[in-house]
Amino acid sequence: MNREHETPAQNVKCNPDEPVKAENIQKAVRIHTPLTDEICTALRAGDAVLLSGTVFTARDVAHRRISEALQRGEGPPVPLEGETIFYAGPTPAPPARTIGSVGPTTSGRMDIYTPALLDAGLKGMIGKGKRSAAVREAIRRNRAVYFAAIGGVAALLSRCVTAAEVIAYEDLGTEAIRRLSIADFPLIVINDPEGRDLYEEVMKNVCDRQS
Amino acid sequence: MRLAMGAVRDVDVVIIADKVRELFIEASKSLGEDVVCALEKARTGEYSELGRFALDKIIENIEIAKDEALPLCQDTGIAVLFVRLGQDVHLTGGNLEDAVQKGVREAYREGYLRKSVCDPLSRTNTGDNTPAVIHIEIVEGDRVQLIAMPKGGGSENMSSVKMLTPSEGLEGIKRHVIETVRQAGPNPCPPIIVGVGIGGTMEISALLAKKALARQLDLPNQADPRLSQLEKELKKEINNLGIGPQGYGGAVTALAVHAEMMPCHIASLPVAINIQCHVARHRETVI
Repeated sequence: MNREHETPAQNVKCNPDEPVKAENIQKAVRIHTPLTDEICTALRAGDAVLLSGTVFTARDVAHRRISEALQRGEGPPVPLEGETIFYAGPTPAPPARTIGSVGPTTSGRMDIYTPALLDAGLKGMIGKGKRSAAVREAIRRNRAVYFAAIGGVAALLSRCVTAAEVIAYEDLGTEAIRRLSIADFPLIVINDPEGRDLYEEVMKNVCDRQS
Repeated sequence: MRLAMGAVRDVDVVIIADKVRELFIEASKSLGEDVVCALEKARTGEYSELGRFALDKIIENIEIAKDEALPLCQDTGIAVLFVRLGQDVHLTGGNLEDAVQKGVREAYREGYLRKSVCDPLSRTNTGDNTPAVIHIEIVEGDRVQLIAMPKGGGSENMSSVKMLTPSEGLEGIKRHVIETVRQAGPNPCPPIIVGVGIGGTMEISALLAKKALARQLDLPNQADPRLSQLEKELKKEINNLGIGPQGYGGAVTALAVHAEMMPCHIASLPVAINIQCHVARHRETVI
């Protein structure tokens, strides 16, 4: 198992009456791609994770094209089995840099395409924002995981990218599919294979507090 | 006929193009002091551990972007430009529209900014981030004020315009703002700034909401005490939602609420909500 810590970080609660422990975040779980069933099922919504390994960027138009390829019975331009997609379109790399600024876009726009990708073997997704009920069910069914990266910190996140290469749909510019090598990329688990959802739990905690 | 010579000032549009280029490059890589202060204050008051984690990274990112001259966010936006053109200015050397588009084109190329503008139907990228969205207002004087506002898509997508009925009144406006922010949840990258445009016509309410976002963060509405009161109440209610930084839960969902207003038709009550993420970029200059 590619985990450096024996015990997963405990779920981080957001109720002020039960303050979370700072060590949950400081002791973020280090995991590596490819994400296996074993890794995914050990993760819980609210866990802080540092992800290393390989991820593929794909956003709106790339998803449309992958989906059209799958519908035609063709293979996707990148293998999906066990892979992780990062919903991102970086800024152009200035001279002598690996990549420009890179960070998550809103994942919900990909929801319409995502269940088919998960059923085809996709294990991890990195983005920001809520997922549909159909995606959450597909995450549970396929023992996958959806992570949020912090939106709007793309200069910081670019430091976690050690290599970047366009591997498909080059004509799409920023929306092309890139293979990124990442190291200790900071993430929060939003949807885990048990069907839990951090965003929903946060709002439920608020309701409980106010009722 | 007497010509008031001297009352007219020539401004070469080449200068405007240069300034537009500079403003968009600067705006994409550094935030105003007002936004930085609001984020630091938010960090101090945040009870949620995950919320503090997000705010720490957000504040750290501001330093890294400055040090490494990188864009703060990969979404360097659609280029929105407000031009307040003095009526005593005589533009020379070409037309204003072309000059602005040239400045934007150069900014996004030379600044290594992302080109995020496409054909709405084919989704083909225009390749140079043009056309910019330009709002021109003719004002008194012989100066040209430029306000560059690169606007990200994620927060723009969570915005809304609604034609309320007059009977819904202030309570209806508040309900609609709260509901829009609640529905948006984590998607627009909170902590957010909420621009509220009230009145005018459908399109003017939206423009008021966008203009409200350009206002300095620590300044309440100066024109109408009802609006400064509304801003205060809405901010409190939004932060009571508990969405928190990045939707991870917490005390700070909105850094500020800014409202602007204009009279409207006796039949209407337009209200627009324009949401801005925490990377609240704007830069201005006066020529």
